[in-house]
Amino acid sequence: MRRRLAGIATLALLTLTAACGGGGGGGGQQPADEPVTITMWTRAATQAQSERLVKAYNSSHKNQVKLTVIPTDNYQPRIAAAAGAKQLPDVFAADVIFVPNYTSQGLFLDITDRIAALPFKDGLAPSHMKLGTQDGRQYTLPHTLDLSVWFWNKDLYEKAGLDPEQGPKTLKEFAQHATTVQEKLGKDGKVHGTFFGGNCGGCYVFTFWPSVWAAGAQVMNAEGTESLNDQPAMTDVFKIYRELHEKGATGPTTKEEQGPTWTGFFPKGEIGVMPMPSTTLGMMPADMKIGVTAIAGPDGGESTFVGGDSIGISSTSQNADAAWEFLSWTVSDEAQVEVMAKNKDVVARTDLADNKYSAEDPRVVLINSLVGKGETPYALRFGQTFNDPQGPWLRLAREAVFGDAAKAGELNAEVTKSLQQ
Amino acid sequence: MTLTVRRPRGRAGHGAPPVSWWRGRKAQGWLYAMPTAVIVAVLFIAPLLLVLWMSLNRWPLLGQATFNAPDNYTKIADNALFVDSVFFTLKYTVIITVLLSAVALGLALLVQESRPGVGFFRTAFFLPGAVGFAATSLLFYGMLNADFGPIDPMLRALGVTDEPVKWTGTPNMALFSTIALVLWRFAGFNMLILLTGLQAIPTEVYEAARSDGANRWQIFTRITLPLLRPTLALMLILSITGSLLAFDQFFIFTNGGPDNSTVSMVMVIYRAAFFRFDLGGAAAMSVVLLVALVGLNVLMMRRLR
Repeated sequence: MRRRLAGIATLALLTLTAACGGGGGGGGQQPADEPVTITMWTRAATQAQSERLVKAYNSSHKNQVKLTVIPTDNYQPRIAAAAGAKQLPDVFAADVIFVPNYTSQGLFLDITDRIAALPFKDGLAPSHMKLGTQDGRQYTLPHTLDLSVWFWNKDLYEKAGLDPEQGPKTLKEFAQHATTVQEKLGKDGKVHGTFFGGNCGGCYVFTFWPSVWAAGAQVMNAEGTESLNDQPAMTDVFKIYRELHEKGATGPTTKEEQGPTWTGFFPKGEIGVMPMPSTTLGMMPADMKIGVTAIAGPDGGESTFVGGDSIGISSTSQNADAAWEFLSWTVSDEAQVEVMAKNKDVVARTDLADNKYSAEDPRVVLINSLVGKGETPYALRFGQTFNDPQGPWLRLAREAVFGDAAKAGELNAEVTKSLQQ
Repeated sequence: MTLTVRRPRGRAGHGAPPVSWWRGRKAQGWLYAMPTAVIVAVLFIAPLLLVLWMSLNRWPLLGQATFNAPDNYTKIADNALFVDSVFFTLKYTVIITVLLSAVALGLALLVQESRPGVGFFRTAFFLPGAVGFAATSLLFYGMLNADFGPIDPMLRALGVTDEPVKWTGTPNMALFSTIALVLWRFAGFNMLILLTGLQAIPTEVYEAARSDGANRWQIFTRITLPLLRPTLALMLILSITGSLLAFDQFFIFTNGGPDNSTVSMVMVIYRAAFFRFDLGGAAAMSVVLLVALVGLNVLMMRRLR
């Protein structure tokens, strides 16, 4: 019996030793000349762009990137869980509006000195760079840019008697066009004037706020601690969309749309005019005639929500040098022009807005030109306030568009409270 | 004749030196139990202690935790969303437990007796239980979607409705659509539990009741239900505990909407941890929910024993 116990103990010890020995290799430093494989996470919303960049990098570099794509709705929880367990990948992209919170939680590595050494550092998308900066230190680079713009369906415009080459120049005109399409073509319930994500906080900020900026107003104070969403500039925009819904010019499931399918109706040719993400332009049916224009305020102006992802090196990465080699390559001329611009994506550098590919499509030139004009709002508590379905913003927006608009003041106080938590 | 089983006492009874404890049966027992004990300690007790400790601290995603007890507990009462979710979850639990028990018992009684074709129905009723719960929620989300789901066009083709049905459009519709989802998924599984209880009732008891002139209703209320009590208790405990911990169906199917009308307690905990990164606050709410669940289960076990 004693021998048997001793045997078990020795076996256990050996197993433990082997396990510890095996685990130690993953986190250790690689010899300088050995190729390194770094891990990267991205969310599904910007999967196509990330995959193209990783594929191009892997085919031309000794170091390799292993990309994991995570469903957009689960991305934030996955990052939180991985951070808590100190299991973050070497690099991870994040919705740019969440970057200030991640930075404040210490999730990204300080890359100020590395960015300073880039010859094109002044051309990096300013709104993304602003949100990746905390206390004068820089933590992220722009990864993919996704701008909100108005798409209109030229075929439906023509059938409805509208000028197919002339998109709306004001939000009021947008409403008139949507109403006309609805009245002329919407009788059988297959075509609708417009559509938006009526039960999706992130959709509202992405598609409604540019109309406020275009009118020269703001939705929050600069510190992101006070909501201005009960001010006339915002309530005027809500009112126009409310009237569209009351007239029945919005798709029948607008009020229930939670976000996952809000961009799926336009490509089917069912919608006259609606706000859309610029990244979807390259995915539209080839034979569909689509016009693209900037989002305007009630009486004019133009703006956009400069969304998309920023990317940084995680603070727990053991491969910072290899990770930076990849990150700096993604914003190089080669990657931005030959990978991003070639596929009609918005480039992450203002100095490359006019390039050999964008010139082929005036719509892409327009979108690229909006990067400098649009805004990316800053707030440390952005996600829990505006994106979270249980956050206070969604209630405010839904009451303003579908319910009791008089509650805007009271609910705006809740939004401010959440921003200050 | 009397059969006596003696416990072996080693060589001690034969004048040999006493055996140290780890060589006896007691030590062997400990060794056999050790793998399970290690699993329980690592996967249950350690996380439980960690959650308790987290609930007493301000716990960032990365970096050092700072002790702040009892702040995480005192702020629970100020969390209006959590307070609302307690009432909603209790309402959901009552409705689903009553309906699930009734439907499962009805199905079990239908397929209780062996007759031709009964195997087909037992399988058909149980099959939804083989589908993952998250998958079920997603399935209903797709099936009931007015834009691309098949149910709405079918109803319109049959002339039942003229326009899209908003299955999750109002608080009541969202709740009852979810209840339909949960019934579809769990009625068969609960039927199976009750079926084992029904088949454990000796047929002689029914025969005796019949020969005493009892009718069907009397047999159901005086024989079936009382003898089914332990099985019903098990089903009730599973149903109530599962309902109080409801998450998948509301997270995936209704997303807590419309207007936060279907937010369950676990959803609020999830939001605190993974959207607000308030890990300490989420741990405190989890501890409160755990204590409430343990208390409720102890109470139910005593009442239903």
